[in-house]
Amino acid sequence: MQVDIRLPIGLLFSAIGAILVVFGLVSSPEIYERSVGYNFNLWWGLVLVVFGGTMLFLSWRAMKRPVP
Amino acid sequence: MGHLQGVDYAILCLYFGFVLGIGWWLKNYMKTGEDFFLSGRSIPAWIAGLAFLSANLGAQEVIGMAASGAKYGIMTSHFYWVGAIPAMIFVGVFMMPFYYGSKARSVPEYLKFRFDEKTRGFNAISFAAMTVFSSGISMYALAMLFELLLGWNFHFSIFICAVIVLLYIFMGGLTSAIYNEVLQFFLILLGFLPLVIIGLIDIGGWSGLTAKLSEVAVSAGYAEGAWTESWSHTGSAARNPMGVEWFGVAMGLGFVLSFGYWCTDFLVVQRAMAAKSMNAARLTPIIAAVPKMLFPVIVILPGMIAIALTHYAMSSGAEGGFSLPVDEDGGYNYNLTIPMLLVHYFPAGLLGLGITALMASFMSGMAGNVTAFNTVWTYDIYESYIVPNKSDQHYLWMGRATTVWGVGLSVGAAYLATQFDNIMDMLQLVFAFVNAPLFATFLLGMFWRRATGHGAFFGLVLGTLAAALHHGLSLPEGASAGIKGGWLASLANLDAHLYLSEMAQNFWTAIYAWTACFALTISISLLTRQKKSEDELKGLVWSLTPRIKEEGVPWFRRPGTLGVIVLAGAVALNIIFW
Repeated sequence: MQVDIRLPIGLLFSAIGAILVVFGLVSSPEIYERSVGYNFNLWWGLVLVVFGGTMLFLSWRAMKRPVP
Repeated sequence: MGHLQGVDYAILCLYFGFVLGIGWWLKNYMKTGEDFFLSGRSIPAWIAGLAFLSANLGAQEVIGMAASGAKYGIMTSHFYWVGAIPAMIFVGVFMMPFYYGSKARSVPEYLKFRFDEKTRGFNAISFAAMTVFSSGISMYALAMLFELLLGWNFHFSIFICAVIVLLYIFMGGLTSAIYNEVLQFFLILLGFLPLVIIGLIDIGGWSGLTAKLSEVAVSAGYAEGAWTESWSHTGSAARNPMGVEWFGVAMGLGFVLSFGYWCTDFLVVQRAMAAKSMNAARLTPIIAAVPKMLFPVIVILPGMIAIALTHYAMSSGAEGGFSLPVDEDGGYNYNLTIPMLLVHYFPAGLLGLGITALMASFMSGMAGNVTAFNTVWTYDIYESYIVPNKSDQHYLWMGRATTVWGVGLSVGAAYLATQFDNIMDMLQLVFAFVNAPLFATFLLGMFWRRATGHGAFFGLVLGTLAAALHHGLSLPEGASAGIKGGWLASLANLDAHLYLSEMAQNFWTAIYAWTACFALTISISLLTRQKKSEDELKGLVWSLTPRIKEEGVPWFRRPGTLGVIVLAGAVALNIIFW
């Protein structure tokens, strides 16, 4: 079956990560009082983008390789 | 209480779009019954492994384990390092050769091959009923939670959850459930992890947490380490918050309950049966054991942080800190641990991710129930007793139709739960009775060729009765006779045997049921004739099955070698947090 689950996982987490990063950059700092002062949207968004990107990379690499 | 903003809804909708998209994507691959019910036995080991774990990580598991983390502290880890890892390794190394090798399409079907029709029927019908009710109950719990937490309409929550799970399984069958479970696994992990990080920062790291938890323990009348040491206080049941002694933990939870669940529950075993080869099937539960071993960080630690913060807020009178809500009867509402922490710590944006993770954990558990129900209904009940000998396309059609009415039944069960609280408790109790002895049947079936169909069936039925009997004669301390036990004792005017906690009572019910089933299956088997010939039992029993050859398989793909490594990890964790 030529279906690679890493592709949708990569896309979903990159997208959620991007939303969090952008929201983290534009939102007012007051809302981060609850998350003990750190802008968790920005930082966790970056973590998700890295994770999603890794999944996309793995899936892209597998696609490039010819099927044995 | 909480309130979601546009950005949160955007994340949630994105998630809904992706799970449905995966179902749509897989739609054209579902051509035969085997594709729909068994993913065409084509799933790679790592995907099957994560799905195996994810199907078990339903919302009730996540919410319940966090609640136990608050209530009992790190002793809750026994549900992982004692009550899961050894059994997961055992099913992979020793049992999967029979499940996968026999080409059975379900766990009940294995029972038919090994024993007889009635043993299979008993297991299939009780299992099918159990899956419908447990997905109904978790749907009910989730809808109540969203209503309380976010002000969502109860009917809307039920509707949206049910329809989405229904659609993606209807389109893509087991493959869609499994692929989505992998996606959901990562969402649960990455959605709840920030909660642990923020919580730990707030409480002053691990050392801050242990200091505050020792105050919790002392104020509850236990030794200082009662919340942070998993075995040290199990010498007697009275010295730990769980109210159990080491033997009950090791035998009741670690042996009977855990092996009964991980080795015989079709909900998880189905994921391994869908793997692409025998080796992949055997590796499935062992791969799943690795994240399972680390999951206490995500689910138990938040509970421990929550109770520590609550105790600190109560004793210092400081305003604005986190505190668990209090019930009408004055105790803490532990089931709200994770949801309250999410609302307390997560800013808009991250909160959307957290709620999505909660939704994902619910859906992965529900999808596990739905796919297992589909298969057991279609193959073990419909094809066996109602409409046999039809074409594969007919049963594929039935599987699709069952997705619809099975989810419909679960929704019905969810509404039943809103009406009759006690009926649901009672049903769960009955299922627990049925499950407790099951592992004895499988153990004897797989490793003792003399075990007969009559022995298995009557052993199971009488083991179930033994569970009911023990429950009827014992009571947890402080409870009155009825649903909590002791009903038989009060009928006969006897004093019920008292346990220090409900947990201890459950563990001992399981021990009695297993022992009864084990002993009776052996005695009845010896008194009855073995109707299956040695030829029929080939591939179903250890002594009549050729060993799997592993020459040429590298060590990191050998189930036995990996199993030993993972087991060593679990032992190490037990010692570190002794």
